[in-house]
Amino acid sequence: MFPKKPKEKKLVYLDHAATTYVDSEVKAVMDPYYTEKFANPSGLYGIGREVSTAMANARKSIAEILGTQADTIIFTSGGTESDNLALQEIAYPHKRNGKHIITTKIEHPAVLETCKFLEKDGFDITYLNVNKEGQIDLKEFKNAIREDTILVSIMYANNEIGTVLPIADIGREILKWRKKNSTPYPYFHSDACQAAGVLDLDVEKLHVDLMTLNGSKIYGPKGVGVLYKRRRVDLHSLIHGGGQEMGLRAGTENVPGIIGLAKALELTQENKKEENKRLIELRKYFWEQLQKNIDKIKLNGAELGDEKTRLPNNLNVSILDIEGEAMLLYLDEYGIVTSTGSACSSGSLDASHVLVACGLPYEHAHGSLRFTLGKCNTKEDVDYVMKYLPGIVEKLREISPVNLKVK
Amino acid sequence: MTQSPKIKDKDGNDWLYSDTVKDHFFNPRNLLKHGEEEKFQADGVGRVGSPACGDEMVVWIKVDAKGEKIVDCKWQTFGCGSAIASTSMLSEMVLENPARNASASVADGGGMKIEDALKITPQDILERLGGLPPNKIHCSVLGDQALEKAIEDWKIKK
Repeated sequence: MFPKKPKEKKLVYLDHAATTYVDSEVKAVMDPYYTEKFANPSGLYGIGREVSTAMANARKSIAEILGTQADTIIFTSGGTESDNLALQEIAYPHKRNGKHIITTKIEHPAVLETCKFLEKDGFDITYLNVNKEGQIDLKEFKNAIREDTILVSIMYANNEIGTVLPIADIGREILKWRKKNSTPYPYFHSDACQAAGVLDLDVEKLHVDLMTLNGSKIYGPKGVGVLYKRRRVDLHSLIHGGGQEMGLRAGTENVPGIIGLAKALELTQENKKEENKRLIELRKYFWEQLQKNIDKIKLNGAELGDEKTRLPNNLNVSILDIEGEAMLLYLDEYGIVTSTGSACSSGSLDASHVLVACGLPYEHAHGSLRFTLGKCNTKEDVDYVMKYLPGIVEKLREISPVNLKVK
Repeated sequence: MTQSPKIKDKDGNDWLYSDTVKDHFFNPRNLLKHGEEEKFQADGVGRVGSPACGDEMVVWIKVDAKGEKIVDCKWQTFGCGSAIASTSMLSEMVLENPARNASASVADGGGMKIEDALKITPQDILERLGGLPPNKIHCSVLGDQALEKAIEDWKIKK
């Protein structure tokens, strides 16, 4: 039978790449902006100006972390909107100069689906391959750039397997191309939602022209994001209205969200060095325990190293001969929250496009589990998982006919 | 893509799976244990799906001496929660007692007539499970096909 359920079910949340809780310090700075300081920042009266100043400070604080000026920070409703804004509002206004866009096969759906949408509208999209670690080939990238390439969109770090892509190197190649060909194209966009709390975000070191961030992966609020836009990059507005955000994103600003996002980014960036180190240690322990207690288990993505190659909190594994959604639902019964690349858990019924792009056989993708650790996870959480997961795996393998030869 | 479990219905309520699905998922009935496949001495066995597709099922049956009805039915499944629950439910439907099984008389206990077993549709299994999320139906309710194959296998072997 399945492992006996604990008397007191503990919640072990291991899905931080999906979203994080809001840090109490973040929530505290947001709170006043719901009831007391509620005014519209466009208001010219005192309380409006007060809110507007707070928002300007938030913008400045984010700009400083990105090594840029405040007028390059556009607030949006989240990562998906930032990606759509960057891709669509570069693509359409610049299509006279070219209709070619380069991206990768492992982007988040916010980028991938927008590219597919543009493709249907006559744009030509190159989806770069990745190797088994989820890494692109820089040479393949260089060869993909053409005279009609107007935009490159490549994620900073992957949400499923945690692979960190060489954004600075890509950016440098683009600079060289632009110089050689005396052209402002291609523009370079990077979705940095997963990297935001973990990696260096200096846009001058990364050589990006546009960069997406959001609140809900960095212990900040949901429903708020940023698009960084380098000065003189000709971006148009996706959402039309009252001219907020320098005319690039209309709609009354999500002030508490903006205040919270700035605080969250500040806190995660401030503590990233120590926290990365702690997570790398914890993940190492987790992987050792998994290998010790479960046979036929494989690591997906890059070797576990430091944050230069793989996000410190990401552990993606395939447990062979069984299916991910079944594992996930049993784990949920014990209070363990995680996610899978199995077809069954997605709306589309396709296995994870990321794992498939890495060359995983479909059956391995169906048996994948993604654990993404967070600030509150400890060794005790890992031990709690190890108390139940091996039993669940054993039971599911008992149910599974995969290795059975039927005459 | 990697996603958290879709265990909420369209109104956002928890557990898209019915209590019956949950029950069969957590307490699967009539499982054939690994290593007991030979010992079971099935009269017919059917296999459908593949791990690459995300679901695979094997169904074993025993048929009575007269060749009229299924007297035992076991299974193994690789797949998600609804795949496991639907195969378990199928085995129960085939074997359950006469109170629910119109084709079996009280005298001979449980077991479904071959002709009735061949009439089981995914819809029948779904109804008994109390429904499944729409996107799960097509892929995870394959048990009826495995049963049909097992019956075919029995017909060839008998």
